[in-house]
Amino acid sequence: MKKIYLDHAATTPTHPEVVEEMRPYFSEKFGNPSSIHFFGREAKTAIEKARERVAELISAKSEEIVFTSGGTESNNFTLHGIAYANEKKGNHIITTPIEHHALLEPCKFLESRGLKVTYLPVDKHGLVNPEDVRKAVTDKTILVSVMHANNEIGTIEPISEISRIVKEKEIYFHTDAVQTVGAIPVNIDELGVDLLSISSHKLYGPKGVGALYVRKGTRMIPFLRGGEQERNRRASTENVTGIIGFGKACELARIELQSRIEHLTPLRDKLINGIMDKIPDVVLNGHPTQRLPKNVDIAVKYVEGESMLLNLDMEGIACSTGSACSSGSLEPSHVLLAIGLSPELAHGSLRFTLGRLTIEKDIEYVLEILPRIVKKLRELSPLSKKEKQ
Amino acid sequence: MVEYTEIVLDHFKNPRNVGEIEDPDGIGHITSPVCGDIMDLYIRIKNNVIVEVKYKTYGCGAAIASGSMLTEMIKDKTIDEALRITNKRVADALGGLPPVKMHCSALAEDALKSAVDDYLKKTTGKGLEGWKPGGQAEEHEY
Repeated sequence: MKKIYLDHAATTPTHPEVVEEMRPYFSEKFGNPSSIHFFGREAKTAIEKARERVAELISAKSEEIVFTSGGTESNNFTLHGIAYANEKKGNHIITTPIEHHALLEPCKFLESRGLKVTYLPVDKHGLVNPEDVRKAVTDKTILVSVMHANNEIGTIEPISEISRIVKEKEIYFHTDAVQTVGAIPVNIDELGVDLLSISSHKLYGPKGVGALYVRKGTRMIPFLRGGEQERNRRASTENVTGIIGFGKACELARIELQSRIEHLTPLRDKLINGIMDKIPDVVLNGHPTQRLPKNVDIAVKYVEGESMLLNLDMEGIACSTGSACSSGSLEPSHVLLAIGLSPELAHGSLRFTLGRLTIEKDIEYVLEILPRIVKKLRELSPLSKKEKQ
Repeated sequence: MVEYTEIVLDHFKNPRNVGEIEDPDGIGHITSPVCGDIMDLYIRIKNNVIVEVKYKTYGCGAAIASGSMLTEMIKDKTIDEALRITNKRVADALGGLPPVKMHCSALAEDALKSAVDDYLKKTTGKGLEGWKPGGQAEEHEY
């Protein structure tokens, strides 16, 4: 059976050139970068080259890149690192209700330890109003964290505008750019952020590695202790193969960025328009234009997301849903609820995220299969009848 | 996504007894207090036997399969026999459900009880003993 992967916001296939770049560093060039002998120096040189490649993709300086185990660690590191290093200055953090759990959960933890967290409102498209940031700032605010683009609904936030407001005060500004680095242009100075989280496996690199960009002069404490790696900012022997693969993935992303955007945008729009044309009672979640080139997120009325997902899976199409039925907690997506979807509508959400290997035929296949599945499930649904009466 | 058995997938792909019955003897309508899934169950009764059953579900794979399996299990049974079919028996007949999905089998059991309750109210004026509309998820077997 044909298999079509449309879940690139979850993870991406590692680029073959990335795998090649990593290969020698498993068994031949296996040194510990902290060792001063030849083997160590060889590994050290390689990870520094990777650091430059990561820095270049976001127009940063390489010494401002701290390698981590991924986006989750980068977000946790930011919150703990800033909160504990700036206790004397204040105890207030501003963020949004649509952040990834990797940001919200450490926020909740810090709240339980006495920190105050303000969750900004978002509009129906998931956009933050920069003026709301201005209103939320107090003289105790130490950090503002707003994601660059949302992983579920694909909405791109006005980070530069928010930055201008944050920078009027001496407050650190972090953005979770896990969904945007390698997907749309990301320039540290244009965004005006002090900290930025990146994940390798979202941009065709290997899993288990990522980075936190930390602007020079930022006061924070380390998250992991016990070694002098990463300029004392993150102890632990470096994930050398991972870092090297991540570096190569960043180089490829920099070279291919424009062509990736030009490839994905028309495919995304074809899928959105096709779904809207062929299936009645469907809404698009997220902003109509200010959205990631890879993201199509919809809510289908009268049917539940997991049953659609399962049917699509049987037809060889892989995507995801914000339905309560597919989450371990049996709660619908916090993002969809935050943008004002009813729990029922959130229950019927489907997310397709396209990638560099997605072709037009894949989209046409989805447009052939999905309407049939929705029709079948609606015939089974007691809601279809009631709503139409 | 959770792992489903072959039987669950079969009932999910080809759900049995889908639809509605015109002028049924009993209608059950349940919304799961756990996840918001919905099940409607229609029964026709002759001489105390469930001679026809149809259902509709707004829900996940496990809910669709549980409803389908329940309709197969209660058909041609007396009301008393049907009421002895617990959610656990529905889940077992499906080859098991993942723990997080057991509440979907409870939805099916409750839909049946709700339909029988409706039937008894119409015929005897008194509903099903011990049945409270809305279902009592904590009384199910997990």
